[in-house]
Amino acid sequence: MDQMLIFINAYLVPGIVSGSIYALGAIGLTLLFGVLRFTHFAHGDVMTAGAYFALTFVGLLGLHPVLALPIAMLCTSVLCLGINHFFYRPLMKRPSLVLTISSFGVALMIRASIQLLYGVESHYYVRGIQRSTEFFGTFRIVDRHIWIVCCAVVLMAALHLLLTYTRLGKAMRAVSDSPDLARLTGISTSAIVKATWVIGGSLAAVAGVFLGWDGFIQANMGWDLLLPMSAAAILGGLGRPYGAMVGGLVIGLAEELSSYPWFGGDALLSPGYKTGVAFTIMVAMLIWRPNGLFGGRVR
Amino acid sequence: MEILIGYGNYAIALATMIGIYAIMALGLNIQWGLTGLFNLGIAGFFAVGAYASAILTTSDTTKHIGGFGLPVVLSWPLAMVAAAIIAWAVARICIRLRADYLAIATIGIGEILRLIFKNEQWATGGTRGISNISRPFEQLPGIWAPLAFLGLVLTLAMVAYWLAERGRTSPWGRVVQAIRDNEPAARAAGKNVESFRIQGFVIGSALMGLAGALTAHYFKFVGPEATDPLQITFLVWVMLIVGGNGSNRGAMLGAAVIWTMWSASELFTSRLSGDWAHRAPFVRLFLVGLILQIMLQYFPAGLMPPRRQVAAWRPRKPAAIVPPHVLPPF
Repeated sequence: MDQMLIFINAYLVPGIVSGSIYALGAIGLTLLFGVLRFTHFAHGDVMTAGAYFALTFVGLLGLHPVLALPIAMLCTSVLCLGINHFFYRPLMKRPSLVLTISSFGVALMIRASIQLLYGVESHYYVRGIQRSTEFFGTFRIVDRHIWIVCCAVVLMAALHLLLTYTRLGKAMRAVSDSPDLARLTGISTSAIVKATWVIGGSLAAVAGVFLGWDGFIQANMGWDLLLPMSAAAILGGLGRPYGAMVGGLVIGLAEELSSYPWFGGDALLSPGYKTGVAFTIMVAMLIWRPNGLFGGRVR
Repeated sequence: MEILIGYGNYAIALATMIGIYAIMALGLNIQWGLTGLFNLGIAGFFAVGAYASAILTTSDTTKHIGGFGLPVVLSWPLAMVAAAIIAWAVARICIRLRADYLAIATIGIGEILRLIFKNEQWATGGTRGISNISRPFEQLPGIWAPLAFLGLVLTLAMVAYWLAERGRTSPWGRVVQAIRDNEPAARAAGKNVESFRIQGFVIGSALMGLAGALTAHYFKFVGPEATDPLQITFLVWVMLIVGGNGSNRGAMLGAAVIWTMWSASELFTSRLSGDWAHRAPFVRLFLVGLILQIMLQYFPAGLMPPRRQVAAWRPRKPAAIVPPHVLPPF
């Protein structure tokens, strides 16, 4: 029983939490890939920017991190639209790898701006011991973990409704399926591109705030997440938002569960190599199923 | 006199780093400029070379594996081989995939390598790294020691340039450039695309490994956090884009321009006081990012674009219509 409790509290719940965070980031990555056909290497740093926007408002107004979410989403969307306008749009006609190089530069620029304004030290939204809730009279889960998972589920459900039932969502899927056909039917590609940036940026902001809430806020936290997020997006098949949700959860769980002592006393894998798990899964996918578990849009 | 020696030392240090970065930029030019392969794990291959040479040359110690005590003449080529082996393994897996995937995979391999160097204390000394690495010519007196090392670095850079340029203009170079520009056509011409790509990736990474080995011996130290890995990768990319993608001379020029700017701005910012002295490096990083964006948008060919080797085929101009009155009268 004790073993069970440790498993749930120290491995399963953190796995689901970080899985939700990866999923939120990976959805943005995969949506942007579907519409713009390039891997947005600055996505992790967009997350960091979101976390710092929220930090600013949490610090200024003394808000609860969840209440700071909408503001952070708004600011990050504006940031993404600005980056798209000044840096990516002028390169749209060039090979997509030029955009990838540009996004790598943007990642460094966002990171440098944050370090310039906030310094390199770690920040926290809330200090001190966190409240937790007891379930079934046995195990306790920290409140913020419940918040994070619930918010992530709500947002993903909202995204599902948006993609399935609204004109915008249908147009986005159409552009992702075939940009030329979509343009022929009169869909404004530039409007779709902007909408994708707003959605991807907002989700990244949420992921960044959750990541900072769960641990601490630091300038390179987003870049470090780029690898697991890309792994999640590739696992689900690039261009497939639902795949990214599953992929994020799988990667998050695999990372946490890999350090559980499955066989006897020692951790299966030293926690120092957690990042390696995402990479290994990704490489395995690239070898055997490069189109992802559910088949990606493009190879 | 003191000041003169100071400036002299500074100039030597500057030129040494330019030489090392030029080797990396040449390596990236072979990968991205010629073969069209995206590598964001430059710092990883750099670190492999640095650690390999450090482990092979240091004397016996309990802090990390070692005690081979090889001379650099042997350890530098072996460092290149080590980087090449890692690159070959990555390339074998990822070379057939979309370039984006290769980019993500190279980020991943860079990250894994950093984790290994940091965690495997028995082999690499963990976070304390490896110190007491010997530097060639360090027993020479005064300014001659760094000067001789500079000469060695520049000689190696020139050899790398010569080889890269020979490679570019050789049949091999034409094949990889054909693959970069039009893969189906190259395949249709019977070229083994995968094999040529792997070769390009491995050769480029070996040069990055050499640069890593040179740096380890130059600083006499290597550690997992010695320099920000992302910063090395980023600088090399900016050097190549600024200098001219596909051009070996451009890669070297870019290394000289960007490293001079990077290093000179440090001279300037070190005079700032207090808070701004801590923040100035980030302004510098931001500005280098901005330079990259400006080059990509407005000067995509770079400062020194590659020379055309083969004139493109153009339809022959129609023969000039000779006015009838100058026709010879017969």
